[in-house]
Amino acid sequence: MANDVKPRVKVPKSAKAGEAIVLKTLISHQMESGQRKDKDGAVIPRSIINRFTCDFNGKNVIDVTMEPAISTNPYFEFEAVVNEAGEFKFTWYDDDGSVYEDSKPIEIT
Amino acid sequence: MTQRTITAALAATAFLGFAFAGHAEPANDTLIIDGSEIITRAAPAAHLDGALTELISGWQFRDTETRAIQMDDFDNPGMIFVDRGIDSWNTADGTDGKSCASCHEGPESMKGLRAVTPRVDAKSGKVMNIESYINDCRTTRMGAEAWGDKAEAMTDMLALISLQSRGELVNVAVDGAAAPIYAQGKEIYYTRYGQLELSCANCHEDNNGNYIRSDHLSQGQTNGFPVYRLKDAKLTSAQGRFVGCVRDTRAETFKIGSDEFNALELYVASRGNGLAVEGVSVRN
Repeated sequence: MANDVKPRVKVPKSAKAGEAIVLKTLISHQMESGQRKDKDGAVIPRSIINRFTCDFNGKNVIDVTMEPAISTNPYFEFEAVVNEAGEFKFTWYDDDGSVYEDSKPIEIT
Repeated sequence: MTQRTITAALAATAFLGFAFAGHAEPANDTLIIDGSEIITRAAPAAHLDGALTELISGWQFRDTETRAIQMDDFDNPGMIFVDRGIDSWNTADGTDGKSCASCHEGPESMKGLRAVTPRVDAKSGKVMNIESYINDCRTTRMGAEAWGDKAEAMTDMLALISLQSRGELVNVAVDGAAAPIYAQGKEIYYTRYGQLELSCANCHEDNNGNYIRSDHLSQGQTNGFPVYRLKDAKLTSAQGRFVGCVRDTRAETFKIGSDEFNALELYVASRGNGLAVEGVSVRN
């Protein structure tokens, strides 16, 4: 597992039914592109997060394929329309097979 | 004047002539983080003797987008390093099996420190910045090895400790035991270094607001340090930034932690007396 990987997400605690809310996610990750070389000229192996998904109550909101050109500590900000109370589930997939998850509940006011 | 110095002088004139061609006022925005305003413009302290008409944080010199990142702690990538600093704060290290938390409890015990450092220790006469305090604790109390100047653990801890003083006004002492260090720092600030023969003042006092190539020159205030630099995607300490600046004058730089840079850090910090500590700031 890559070092110091820590997902974090920001989701409003509540929303009106049908409201479009802003979701922010950030995961600390070195996102090593696989195209750099170390001091001895050896290629530093690629180690990135290659996929990010967000689901709401089991329904997919966003599914992102991530490529090596994405910078360190990838940040995603997107909107989702919330019609019911429930839980947002966020998942990041690492090249090394690790899966990082976080989730946040939201209420309807 | 020999032929060579004439050529050099002409080259320097041409360089300055083009480099400082553009001028743009810094923004006049209000920095609000978590509902609290952080002071980014202030009246200069008396000891500056009119060198600056107004103190302006580097935040005002950056683009709208960059300023926005700093206004939300979630968006501010520097907070990642603060989190790592918290982990490190609670982790025991060294032969005594102690962590920072063993003696200091929570990091909030460091509140206020960032605003008054660097300062001169009255007993030893040494300049103490946060890095010196951290390494002093590590070596004398924890039995651990000192962290290197650019170690990530060091900048993480700097970020955590600085954040505790966010919003407090910089108030670095310039008199008493600090007086000779202040004088030394001031001397360095106004001395031209390197092949380009530039002093700190040439850019940051005489030409702040102007453009040096595409870069909007700030006053070189250190109230925002450590800063998250977008181009590096990591934190930089004040002295780490000094290295970059002096190198850009095509000079051999002083070393981080040297007497010269310690004095300069104290002097430059004192030029910002009245601006607020920004914790972890975001710059280009």
